[in-house]
Amino acid sequence: MKRSGWFSRTALILGLGFLYVPIMSMIVYSFNNSRLVTVWDSANSPTLRWYFELFRNEQILSAAWLSIKVAALAATGAVVLGTLAGVALARFGPFRGRTLLSGLATAPLVMPEVITGLSLLLLFVALEQAIGWPQGRGMLTITLAHITFTMAYVTVVVQSRLTGFDDSLEEAAMDLGARPATVFFRITLPLIAPAIISGWLLAFTLSWDDLVIAQFVAGPGSSTLPMVIFSKVRLGVSPDVNALATIMVLIVAIGVVVAALLMRRRERRREREVQAATAANL
Amino acid sequence: MRPEPLDPWRDPKAEPYVRIEGVTKKFGDFVAVNDVSLEIYRGEIFCLLGGSGSGKTTLLRMLAGFEQPTAGRIVIDGQDMTGIPPYDRPVNMMFQSYALFPHMTVEKNIAFGLEQERLPKGEIAARVAEILEIVKMTPYAKRKPHQLSGGQRQRVALARALVKRPKLLLLDEPLGALDKKLREHTQFELINIQERLGVTFIVVTHDQEEAMTLASRIGVMNHGTIAQVGTPTEIYEFPANRFVADFIGSVNMFEGRLVEDEPDYVRVESPELGATIYVSHGISSPPDARVWVAIRPEKIAISRERPDAQENVARGVVREVAYMGDLSIYLVQIDSGKMVRVTQPNITRHADGRITWDEAVYLSWDPTSPVVLTQ
Repeated sequence: MKRSGWFSRTALILGLGFLYVPIMSMIVYSFNNSRLVTVWDSANSPTLRWYFELFRNEQILSAAWLSIKVAALAATGAVVLGTLAGVALARFGPFRGRTLLSGLATAPLVMPEVITGLSLLLLFVALEQAIGWPQGRGMLTITLAHITFTMAYVTVVVQSRLTGFDDSLEEAAMDLGARPATVFFRITLPLIAPAIISGWLLAFTLSWDDLVIAQFVAGPGSSTLPMVIFSKVRLGVSPDVNALATIMVLIVAIGVVVAALLMRRRERRREREVQAATAANL
Repeated sequence: MRPEPLDPWRDPKAEPYVRIEGVTKKFGDFVAVNDVSLEIYRGEIFCLLGGSGSGKTTLLRMLAGFEQPTAGRIVIDGQDMTGIPPYDRPVNMMFQSYALFPHMTVEKNIAFGLEQERLPKGEIAARVAEILEIVKMTPYAKRKPHQLSGGQRQRVALARALVKRPKLLLLDEPLGALDKKLREHTQFELINIQERLGVTFIVVTHDQEEAMTLASRIGVMNHGTIAQVGTPTEIYEFPANRFVADFIGSVNMFEGRLVEDEPDYVRVESPELGATIYVSHGISSPPDARVWVAIRPEKIAISRERPDAQENVARGVVREVAYMGDLSIYLVQIDSGKMVRVTQPNITRHADGRITWDEAVYLSWDPTSPVVLTQ
């Protein structure tokens, strides 16, 4: 172990550096007082100037709010549809069109976003001409598009959780007199709840930072946060974008750390209880 | 033996509780259960015994309603079960994996079935408490399944199935996941509970010892068909065919030809033994038929001196001795070259004087011991 110590340590430092130096530099520059992003104004830095300016920027705030709404709605829709598809694929055995459904449900995982975006745009336009819905493009179309591409992820997560579970649990519930709907809500759903939660978070994140698909299906006046950032950067990087990105990184980091801590605590408690049960045997 | 005035299956007036009538189950081209008919009576512990792939579990799943028979029908307490889903059957099942709901406490697990019947809360609580008392799990009511040991989980699973007061309880390898010591203990506990509550049990097992101790009757299954139905004694002492003789316990099988067939005895000429075998019970079979004579290892005596009898004696050399504690197993090669398995109880503690490797010995058996099998 000791002899290979320098190797693993170098690998660790290089790996972490590769991943986090760009983010760190962004965070550092968000406290820079200079209007020019690449020039460090050592006299007046660090400062929170850009953070205050950010909160006065109506455009960014409304885009962030729109992004949150879209992400929450899309994640919820994706969870409902994805869970249904996942349960069908994992539980209903071989039914007609199973392979087709399985392939179609997971295809968006590998489909280039440009193609997904373009085809959805064409669909929305055609639908509007045919039945007058959805009217124009905006939050509704972005949400629908995001449901479409995030649903695949939820399906995969739910399906893999269910295949890990013994189907005799559901059979036992049925045997005890529960009808299929009761079995689903009282047994299956609680069992896959962790998968549904992580599926929701995954879908939320994917929707939150999607730029390509949103570009295609967004209409005037409905710019999501990534769209606003991208358009600002094209006009030259402005420092308040750094501040915004830093806040986003902070929120994500807190979420990840809290989730990891909670999971570790639960895992430890469970381990202790299992040990106690086996030790007490009988 | 169970103290029953008259075994119901011998009583011509008794009405069977469960009737399986010509049930067949096919999965594609594979026939899992092939035209099985069985009658099971109230209060029985009926064991379906068979190896893996014998169709025993499929038959149990059809009783529970998880599978529908391809042909034939199942009648429980006079009610045809065809097309009735699992949740509407007066039947409960204890799963091999126990299938306890991991997100519910012991109490909630047991109450689940009663909640489905929409019973008042008070009654549910009372019945859960009562069944917890019976399976001795009251102190563990608030625990989750992962906080229990294997034996405790087994009892919770049993309680969860029994609390519904089913007419029929199906048990899939009920003791399969327990270690040997706990198994024996649990077996007797299971019989106690069954007698106390008077529920009819159908048990699926691959473990013949388990079947022998638990069962009032055993149905031995092979390749989707019933090879024999009978009490444990009947199955062991009077196997109906070679499969059953070989599957239950161990047996020495001698192939031969029927040379004398009288109402009260038969003689079988067996080249495998190098002599004729005299059996003091008649069989009904055409003369000269090919038959098999089965003799259990514990029914063969082993001695250094030649016994007085003229027949049913074979000479051989001890090739292997296995000391098992309570008994010793000898593998004796008889003059014809065939290996014969003999077991002898170790009555004394001392090893000296006991027959050992490479000794020339005589094997002999009583004319009542062999069973002549025609198929």
